[in-house]
Amino acid sequence: MAQRGHSAKEINTRLWRGYILYAFGFALLILILALLEILGMARQWIGYVFLFVTVVLYAGIGIFCRTSDPTEYYVAGRRVPAVFNGMATAADWMSVASFIGVAGTLYLSGYNGLAYILGWTGGYVLVALFLAPYLRKFGRYTIPEFLGVRFGGNLPRFVGVFCAVLCSFTYLVAQIYGVGIITTRMTGISFELGIFIALGGMLVCSFLGGMRAVTWTQVGQYIILVIAYLVPVIWLSVKQTGQPVPQMAASSVLQQVTERERELTFDPQERSVRIIWQDRADEMQVRIDGLPESLDSENKKLRLQLLRARANDAAMVDVRTLERELLSYPATVDAARTEWSRARDDYAARASPPLPHAESFARKTGENPEHVRNNFIAIVLCLMLGTAGLPHILMRSYTTPSVSSARQSVFWSLLFILLLYFMAPALAILVKYEIYTNLVGMSYADLPAWVHAWTAVDRSLVDIFDINQDGVVQLSEIHIGADVVVLAGPEIGGLPYVISGLVAAGALAAALSTADGLLLTLSNALSHDTIFRTMQTNLNPGRRVIVSKVLLLIVAFSAAWVATRTPADILFLVGAAFSFAASSFFPVLVMGIFWKRANKWGATLGMLAGLLTTFSYMVTTQPWLRELVLGVPRSESIELLAGIQPIAAGVFGAPVALLVIVVVSLLTPRPDEATCELVDYLRLPD
Amino acid sequence: MFCKQISYWHRNLLVIGVLLVVWLAVTFVPVYFAIPFSHIFIFGWPFSFWMAAIGAPAMFLIIIGFYAWYMDRVDRERRSRQQGQ
Repeated sequence: MAQRGHSAKEINTRLWRGYILYAFGFALLILILALLEILGMARQWIGYVFLFVTVVLYAGIGIFCRTSDPTEYYVAGRRVPAVFNGMATAADWMSVASFIGVAGTLYLSGYNGLAYILGWTGGYVLVALFLAPYLRKFGRYTIPEFLGVRFGGNLPRFVGVFCAVLCSFTYLVAQIYGVGIITTRMTGISFELGIFIALGGMLVCSFLGGMRAVTWTQVGQYIILVIAYLVPVIWLSVKQTGQPVPQMAASSVLQQVTERERELTFDPQERSVRIIWQDRADEMQVRIDGLPESLDSENKKLRLQLLRARANDAAMVDVRTLERELLSYPATVDAARTEWSRARDDYAARASPPLPHAESFARKTGENPEHVRNNFIAIVLCLMLGTAGLPHILMRSYTTPSVSSARQSVFWSLLFILLLYFMAPALAILVKYEIYTNLVGMSYADLPAWVHAWTAVDRSLVDIFDINQDGVVQLSEIHIGADVVVLAGPEIGGLPYVISGLVAAGALAAALSTADGLLLTLSNALSHDTIFRTMQTNLNPGRRVIVSKVLLLIVAFSAAWVATRTPADILFLVGAAFSFAASSFFPVLVMGIFWKRANKWGATLGMLAGLLTTFSYMVTTQPWLRELVLGVPRSESIELLAGIQPIAAGVFGAPVALLVIVVVSLLTPRPDEATCELVDYLRLPD
Repeated sequence: MFCKQISYWHRNLLVIGVLLVVWLAVTFVPVYFAIPFSHIFIFGWPFSFWMAAIGAPAMFLIIIGFYAWYMDRVDRERRSRQQGQ
């Protein structure tokens, strides 16, 4: 992959040959592991081998592509062919949230989960039409640099750096957290150790070779993650229906699932379980209403219950449950209110019948259908604008050889992303079918092994409990976390364990590739756009690369440190990154290219106004953030605007930013002649 | 020269505008009318579900592919005209 002094065609052939060989090698590894599994290798070792081999592979590509030349380090020498740039962008783009989250969300919320698929693919239309060709024509190193050159002066550039750091760091923390979770699941090592092993592989890659190494590693990671997603889905669909095309299998299974949903909604046993959950929810409400007195009285009641259970030689399980409850009993009134409101919402959710999978805007009773639709549209818009504003994706237009290949590269990116996204709805349906027809109605005595295995990992992932004590599994007794659908999908469908290891390796590739891209964006924004601007401008190019590398290390370790503090809500972090990008970068970049009159003050104030609007909506509507910033307890109820969730706050920020750019630009002097010439230059092809 | 540049840019704006309308239509029409459309089925899926899961993303790909192909053609024409001058 070192490719100096060869013709474009020659490079292309060598790349294809290299990566086809690589894909075959990986397939061979899977086959060998499958064989070893049959011969009786321990499951944990399969996890170790996958973790070790893939991380060493990524690090190896990094060492092979090491560089200290600035153009190579920042933009991979600008000679990544469109197809490979597309693959690298796809890997850069698909994070843990895409790999694990999409199918999981679809499983849990059916049609409503499609907002993520629409938003995350539709954004590429905006990238292709509004940004990629012009950024390539601009042809420098970073996104804030574009703002600096187009609008003049350091102010827009620094605001750009601030936005880039805000979006990318939030996103990076979420990725590293995901890496920790996956390595823990895959091998059973501790969360912190998992983070640092994976971080090691990641750093070897981006530290030594910058964008060049990251690009070629991402292509490799894409190949692994797409194999890891397609193999189980196709296998599952062949196994269930004999159809090799998962979408066809899914549409034949869908009718059965819909039929089953109807049965389960009216089944008397199911209803009795739901009534029990509702009773528990009501009980929690009584407790909350009784605060602060109920804090003491409930504690006493619980102790009494425990004593009585022990005295009567009650079943071990009941005693244990009571003990655990007593151990985690809230200490203060505020803690009790938070804890009990959460429990109440939990129980209430489990008391509602299954959401119809394919019905549009399916909702729990009492929700306004228009609000559900508004929220859906808001999420779609926010994710689209955010996709077209995330600096680590836009950076990838710099690495192609020409304007034309920048446009083509967006096409390949979306194609490679769709390869995975088209499978997610099918996977969700296939897993749902398996659960609804096989697990529901099964006797508790013969629960499959995966239930025990995943319950042992974490009760928030899988929790099945015979609440009405009839010895048979009811749907309302099953709780399944979103992550399980992909991670445990192969086990649920009865595929060999090596496939589960493969899926974990794919998820790890998704997380690492995104984290790599983010790390580079962050360190480049800090070094190239901040330090070299304000401090010594006479550093030679080699020194500059060294400074960037040092910053990369600092950013990586601080993100890992934040991730090990376990931030409150990962999904919200990801959503926040998109909202920030949608309300800062997207409007200002598009206006910079398409409206010559846009000037420095419009751009600067526009970005700030967009961010401020987004942030204030989040602060008033996100319980965790509201507690952090305003000090309002989480149990207080929340007023949403038109039912729009804080995760889509960017839909308010983006129009505000656009408006401010226009108004302020018109009120302040027009940009100079050189800027107009620059815009004309950007608009022409090369 | 100046005149040609404007025409190149306007042609670009026109195609962007058309594609943007298509993009908006395939994304938001099936979503907005999802409830009235709920009895229409396509390949065994409710229409809006299928559109959001497969139809619209496939259209996005076609839009991007068309734009890349069309602009390549426009670029080529422009280059050959410049060489002719």
